[in-house]
Amino acid sequence: MNAILPTKPVAEGLAVSVAPPAPAGPSLAARVLPRAATIAATVVPPLVVVAALFGLWEWAASGPGATLPPPSKVWADSAELITNPFYDRGGLDKGLGLHLAASLQRVGVGFALSAVIGVALGMLVGSSRLAMRGLDPIFQVLRTVPPLAWLPLSLAAFREAQPSAIFVIFITAVWPIIINTAVGVRNVPADYRNVARVIRLRPHEWFLRIVVPAAAPYIFTGLRIGVGLSWLAIIAAEMLIGGVGIGFFIWDAWNSSNLSDIVVALAYVGLIGFALDRIMALAGRAVTRGTAAQ
Amino acid sequence: MERSFLEISRLSVRFGAKAPPVLNGIDLKVAQGEYIAVIGHSGCGKSTLLNVVAGLLPATLGGVVLEGREVDEPGPDRAVVFQNHSLLPWLTCAENVALAVDRTVGRSMTRAQRRDWTMENLALVRMEAHAQKRPHEISGGMKQRIGIARALAMRPKVLLLDEPFGALDALTRAHLQDQVMAIHARLGTTVMMITHDVDEAVLLSDRIVMMTNGPNATIGEVLDVDLPRPRDRLALASDARFLAAREAVLRFLHERHALPAAA
Repeated sequence: MNAILPTKPVAEGLAVSVAPPAPAGPSLAARVLPRAATIAATVVPPLVVVAALFGLWEWAASGPGATLPPPSKVWADSAELITNPFYDRGGLDKGLGLHLAASLQRVGVGFALSAVIGVALGMLVGSSRLAMRGLDPIFQVLRTVPPLAWLPLSLAAFREAQPSAIFVIFITAVWPIIINTAVGVRNVPADYRNVARVIRLRPHEWFLRIVVPAAAPYIFTGLRIGVGLSWLAIIAAEMLIGGVGIGFFIWDAWNSSNLSDIVVALAYVGLIGFALDRIMALAGRAVTRGTAAQ
Repeated sequence: MERSFLEISRLSVRFGAKAPPVLNGIDLKVAQGEYIAVIGHSGCGKSTLLNVVAGLLPATLGGVVLEGREVDEPGPDRAVVFQNHSLLPWLTCAENVALAVDRTVGRSMTRAQRRDWTMENLALVRMEAHAQKRPHEISGGMKQRIGIARALAMRPKVLLLDEPFGALDALTRAHLQDQVMAIHARLGTTVMMITHDVDEAVLLSDRIVMMTNGPNATIGEVLDVDLPRPRDRLALASDARFLAAREAVLRFLHERHALPAAA
């Protein structure tokens, strides 16, 4: 009896000291496991597909008559490009990160210009019937001109590669921005106009407090399309103008039959394009604060 | 008889020179503090009438005079509650009301006074708890209450309601009707309400203006609703005067002026 009794409090003490973490344990797992499952459900399928594609590519490009390098050869040839994007050995022998930075800088300047001018012109065309009659037919024709067709004229006008490339970005991105902004301004509901008339908003107040926020979702759609087109155009433009930039890097690699480098560069171009698109989408969502659905 | 507060005289409205007039020869005098309901079938031009009073549409012939001044443009003295609320989705409820306050009565107020006045009007429709929500976060009835608060915040001489409860379910509608009655009793604002709901017209108004069918619509009859205020929908449900008024409107709409298509 005496031998048993002292053990009881000890057991209870143990039970007490063990008990508090015990409920936390399952609840933590209960919280983490479903989230891990959700993440796995979104991450695993693309990983599986990518792995399968690499396998298929390796198999298809390993035959005796293969013209393109398999993934294993790409890694063997271009490991430095993949692992060290920021090396700089002078001249054009730079890491992909530096080439991409040069391209992004051109896109940044050209796209910023097209955003400012495109939104301003879109507002004009959207709010003035006269401006629309005058400008819209010209826009509709000019917007179908392929970006690269502008390059010779732009080289002739600017006599330098850098501003010519920026102009090509500008002229590529500006049309969807103009057109979407104009549609957004034209689609401001008549009810909002009536509200503004009843409270006697002045023209500049009407514009800033009603038109701009009402058209914001459309404007961001235009900006998102514009940034995507800019990225498409810069690669092609840089192939022609040369210098530092991802487009010229790809062209240069082709001229030196360095196919593995091209494969790596394409992967980077795709990832950056994806990132640009996401950033614009997120910026649009942040600015319109979820009211786009209204 | 004293000079009328709001006077519509020989009003005709025509869209396009060839089309027949939508409204033809409307005459109506409204006293200050009166609650007027305008009822009629769809397409009788009752919303057109309200828009002319609001100044949103021009009169082709005749016109509207409010307190001795002719109406020729929209303004905050004739605040409109729109059928589909027309709140700005990027502003919170308080900001929607504040926008109207800032551009109208608030021009002569301090910042703190404007804020208090905004909140006071939200309190009037019992929406102060939802002041910081955006329109898409609140129900249809709540949106319409914010629309009413926005209109009242302009301190209008006439409150124009364009089928304000048309899109709401019956229970929400009853709740809002009671609120509007309480606000009307408290503020004594002159109200002109467009409706197609007979019970709503009888319950809320002092006079019911019944419109004939368009085109060439005009005022068919005006019914005085001789019911004491405050009115209670339950007590009135079996009140002989309420039922008689209701029957009179129904007879007008469905016996003498039934829609040809429906007849």
